[in-house]
Amino acid sequence: MSDSSLRLVWVYPDLLSTYGDQGNALVVERRARQRGLDVTRIDVRSDQQVPTSGDIYLIGGGEDRPQRLAAERLRRDGGINRAVANGAIVFAVCAGYQIIGNEFINDLGRVEPGLGVLDVRSVRNEGARHVGDVLADVDERLGLPPLTGFENHQGNTVIGPSARPFARLRYGGGNGTGDGTEGAWCDTVFGTYMHGPVMARNPQIADMLLKLALDVNALPPVDERWYEALRAERIAAASQPA
Amino acid sequence: MAGNTEPLSTRAKLAVTAGKAAAAVSRAAGRGSGSVIGGRVALKLDPELLARLAHHLDVVLVSATNGKTTTTRLIAEALRAGGEVVSNALGANMPAGITSALAGGSSARYGVIEVDEKYLAGVARDVSPKAIALLNLSRDQLDRASETRMLAEKWREGLSGTDAVVVANADDPLVAWAASSCPTVVWVAAGQEWKDDAWSCPSCGGVLQRPGDDWFCGDCGFRRPVATWALSGDYVVAPDGVAWPIQLQLPGRANKANAATSAAVAAIFGIAPKNALDRMYHVQAVAGRYDVVQYQGRDLRLLLAKNPAGWLETFSLIDGPPAPVILSVNARSADGTDTSWLWDVDYTRLAGHPIFVLGDRKLDLAVRLEVAGLDFHVCTDLAEAARSAPPGRIEAIANYTAFQDLRRLIGN
Ligand SMILES: [Zn+2]
Repeated sequence: MSDSSLRLVWVYPDLLSTYGDQGNALVVERRARQRGLDVTRIDVRSDQQVPTSGDIYLIGGGEDRPQRLAAERLRRDGGINRAVANGAIVFAVCAGYQIIGNEFINDLGRVEPGLGVLDVRSVRNEGARHVGDVLADVDERLGLPPLTGFENHQGNTVIGPSARPFARLRYGGGNGTGDGTEGAWCDTVFGTYMHGPVMARNPQIADMLLKLALDVNALPPVDERWYEALRAERIAAASQPA
Repeated sequence: MAGNTEPLSTRAKLAVTAGKAAAAVSRAAGRGSGSVIGGRVALKLDPELLARLAHHLDVVLVSATNGKTTTTRLIAEALRAGGEVVSNALGANMPAGITSALAGGSSARYGVIEVDEKYLAGVARDVSPKAIALLNLSRDQLDRASETRMLAEKWREGLSGTDAVVVANADDPLVAWAASSCPTVVWVAAGQEWKDDAWSCPSCGGVLQRPGDDWFCGDCGFRRPVATWALSGDYVVAPDGVAWPIQLQLPGRANKANAATSAAVAAIFGIAPKNALDRMYHVQAVAGRYDVVQYQGRDLRLLLAKNPAGWLETFSLIDGPPAPVILSVNARSADGTDTSWLWDVDYTRLAGHPIFVLGDRKLDLAVRLEVAGLDFHVCTDLAEAARSAPPGRIEAIANYTAFQDLRRLIGN
């Protein structure tokens, strides 16, 4: 960490905040403060420079045109690439997940280069849109409980050799490629199609990012009662799709 | 065209009769008012029925994400100063429901019609409206509805050649974008508290600058149109600069905005603001919304909030702390099955209120409130919430099917 305050950067809320994505920032911020950490939240609009000194960068989902505009501006800005090179943590959802990859198909139907900080490539899924509750087992190296989320996307994402699947699906569409994977990660960069938002249902992801940022193995406990109740309900719901 | 009594064709009459019969069967079978199924049967028999039914009417269409049912009521009330009005007052706002409503108004002069956002362009083509009121556009049911910006684009394309006078909210950039292709626009500065769907220029994708009440795009120059009507506090300011007091039984800033737009629409039909506003005062609860009801010896005010913009407007009209607040959220198909919108609502606005949480998705709400740092009580049902709430009128805010559940429980 750069100083005593945890710097939490929320990237482009004007373009990439469609599906309650602010929730991830709110959960990380809340759980950090509950541990007595000082948090500086930096919301960066797309006409502002992305700071390179952040500890955690959160990127949300968005509609097709805003996604292209965000990719163009983030490529030009270069801040996220520099931050990742310095070891910053990135957690990206849906359209943001596609943007941090190598390329995706934009609203004009053309291949749009991404930021290339995660070795994935996204294409448009020609079949039905993936919408609904998802249940998946997270890569065991990350030591997280099962992932529960809600997905709503038309993209398919192929994971390249230098990234790993974030989770293995029990229910849901995930990366949509038929290989049973959901999301991807490599070192300190994570991408997922789960919104909901994903950290409300999986607060351990927020804790994982905090532990990476603080370089610690454990955090003081917080009241998990309502998170646990919600998780149990949604895991049961995903297991018995309507 | 008003008062024209050109007879319906035999085919259209048959369609109306068949539709009424289907509606009666549906009612008898206990499936609600029957208005939608009646309209569906009638439209199948005569696809041009909507156009034919509207032919003798001066039609006003009303569309928006929020406030369209209330505004339809306000405009209908105002236009009654000029003649009989037929309206889909119960909110059946897709073509079948609209057809059914119009079929009941053969002697009316005006048709005041609420239209679902997705169907606006098509209905506007069919019924040749005299006026179209566009109030606001914001995120709503993202898992099944179109994306907000796409809706604005659809309105823009569909209404670009309309003969109607479009009455549009200059303070909502998406509405301004949609309406700015129309030949005749009356701009109303009606305000819009919710801003999070229009930080990006609808025209070029640039970042919108929003100093004070103004907005403009620094990249392409698209900017807030100059309004001739304005909501100013408790007044509507007419184009001649005269400010008329808005007195409503309906609470909240958003309803004052709806009244301002309604006054602008009424003026198109020659009804003066004072006359229109006087009539609007008589609108009470709209389909149960804003109703204060008795439940287990308590006064409950029923408030419907379906999406983040609606919740924001609702928070601004409730009684201040320590008024108890019940929040109820479902995620059935009519609500949208995704609850992520909860995270777009600033619940910290409820700090200081005792909060009671209900509904199918009360656990989603509980986590949301916990992260907002609020105290709250999760209840099993309305009875427990009403019993636990401290004295005073209870503000009960619910989304669509949760609201219907409350009304059913209360017998309202
Ligand atoms: Zn622009």
